Amino acid sequence: MGGHGDLAGGEAAAGREPAARGVTRRGLLGALGVGVGGLAVGAAAGYAAADAAEPATASEPPVGSVPAPGSMVEPYLGAHQAGIATPLQAHATLVALDLREGVDRAALVRLMRLLTDDLARLTQGRPALADPQPELAAVPARLTVTAGVGMGLLEAAGRAELAPGWLRDGLPAFAVDQLEPSWSGGDLVLQVAAEDPVTVSHAVRVLLTDAEPFATVRWLQSGFHRPANTAPSGITGRNLFGQVDGTENPRPGTEDFDQVVWVPPGTSPWLAGGSAMVVRRIAMDLRVWGGLDVATKEASIGRRLADGAPLTGGTERTPPDFAAVDADGFPVIPATSHIRLAHLQAQAERILRRPYNYDDGVRRDGSAEAGLLFVAFMADPSAQFVPIQQRLAEADVLNLWTTPIGSALFAVLPGVAPGEHLGHALLA
Amino acid sequence: MPARRLPLVAAALLLATAVGPVSGCAGSTPATSTTSVAGTAAAGCPVSVTDPWVKATDTQMTGVFGTITADEAIVVTGASSSVAGRAEIHEVVQADGAAVMRPKAGGLTIPAGGSAILAPGGDHIMLMALSAPIQPGDEVPVTLACSDGSTAAFTAVAKPFEGGAESYVPAEGSMGEMASPGASPAA
Repeated sequence: MGGHGDLAGGEAAAGREPAARGVTRRGLLGALGVGVGGLAVGAAAGYAAADAAEPATASEPPVGSVPAPGSMVEPYLGAHQAGIATPLQAHATLVALDLREGVDRAALVRLMRLLTDDLARLTQGRPALADPQPELAAVPARLTVTAGVGMGLLEAAGRAELAPGWLRDGLPAFAVDQLEPSWSGGDLVLQVAAEDPVTVSHAVRVLLTDAEPFATVRWLQSGFHRPANTAPSGITGRNLFGQVDGTENPRPGTEDFDQVVWVPPGTSPWLAGGSAMVVRRIAMDLRVWGGLDVATKEASIGRRLADGAPLTGGTERTPPDFAAVDADGFPVIPATSHIRLAHLQAQAERILRRPYNYDDGVRRDGSAEAGLLFVAFMADPSAQFVPIQQRLAEADVLNLWTTPIGSALFAVLPGVAPGEHLGHALLA
Repeated sequence: MPARRLPLVAAALLLATAVGPVSGCAGSTPATSTTSVAGTAAAGCPVSVTDPWVKATDTQMTGVFGTITADEAIVVTGASSSVAGRAEIHEVVQADGAAVMRPKAGGLTIPAGGSAILAPGGDHIMLMALSAPIQPGDEVPVTLACSDGSTAAFTAVAKPFEGGAESYVPAEGSMGEMASPGASPAA
């Protein structure tokens, strides 16, 4: 599944390269005390098996030299906020807030001051000021907090005139949407992600405590991937339909990535170095999907389920051959398949997908409350996201089993420099 | 937006205090609280304050917390703030099975290289007769008075905080007139 659209999500859209600090898969495995030779226990078993072809050697660094995954930190300072180019963490909670009546620019400065101080401490493994549970801050686990603002915040700040057109206009209605207000919109969003769900929970609690005088929670959504120490190597992650995804994301650290993701200096100086964030809650009918035959599933996506290779052959990384036809003259990758529709029609139509799976239990009728928390970043949604999504909304056969029920659009603030707070250029 | 440049820088300078440790003690000159370099204190009051915060309140009293570290042995005898009519160093003790707070006799004695931890439920700086509510995210200036007459200034950020539910017991004859024992609105 290599497209760019709504369902183009999955476990590892932003890449699953070993995280900073030179931690290798082998090192992680060692740090967890899991032997490759057959003593692997529980969730680590799949990982060990996947690595069995390259047995451990004596040249490995001793376990003690490898930082435990929980101690790993992501930087929070820089031109861009963390949590975008950051390798995808295993757990995330996104929370959208509505500003309280009367919250003005001065109040927003105070709010941003508190949130910035919180994330500066928590992401580095230190308790927040007045942290109700400081002992929970000791495991940063690559925690990142990414803040974005909606049109409502700009209006509250008296800065509506500074909004780029895509934020002012919002996303258009798509034919497949069945949006619920309780999963849509918001004045402010916080994406809180880490390898450890306890770390995420604690950070969300601290941030919401500080936000409480200023805002109420509009929606909160949590999602997950396989953690790095259980994910099989060699294949990009999978969503709850089993589809391999994330193949065509731009690679962090490349000029390509920078052009796709970051708002350039120019039209909106307060947003330069920031991004646009699209959040879509896509319900997936796991029960009906589960009853489909493999050929139908693969035709809907245009890739093989087993290894993610396009139906025209090769491996996951092989470009799909959209011109190929079968013996009867039909396209091998069907016209209504996800990857054909999502395939860029123009170079501008590229986005960074950083989605999470969600599973919130089972409804009374036995159907799963599950799906994809689609999160994507791009410099300009009207040029990069909307055209793809419109094609998908009109014809994607996956629409039979997937329904967007939430949608929100935010301007991701630029990164913070030492001594600054988030949004300082907007609120100054 | 050149017109916004100046306030932007000013805000950034102010904020430096909210994130890093704050150091300052320069005799009668309040240390520029924008510096976050610890251990630059002048002779006489060698303290630095890290992680300072104040409990946001719409009452007339609140507490200031953080860690005061001293390079040399020192006694912090008092405190003041431009937002408070009066400030005192308080302690919390058990009395009749309940936590009560009262002025800490003798102030905070800190040995060389040691720290005094100011925390809810323990020693703290009490700001009283506040001139206005302290709103979440406000930056509150606080000045410590040291036993040799020098001072040390720092800025505490105001946090929404439920807790520190001690009752207040004024010192004998000193603060009987306190009308608003509102340090613990959550109580």
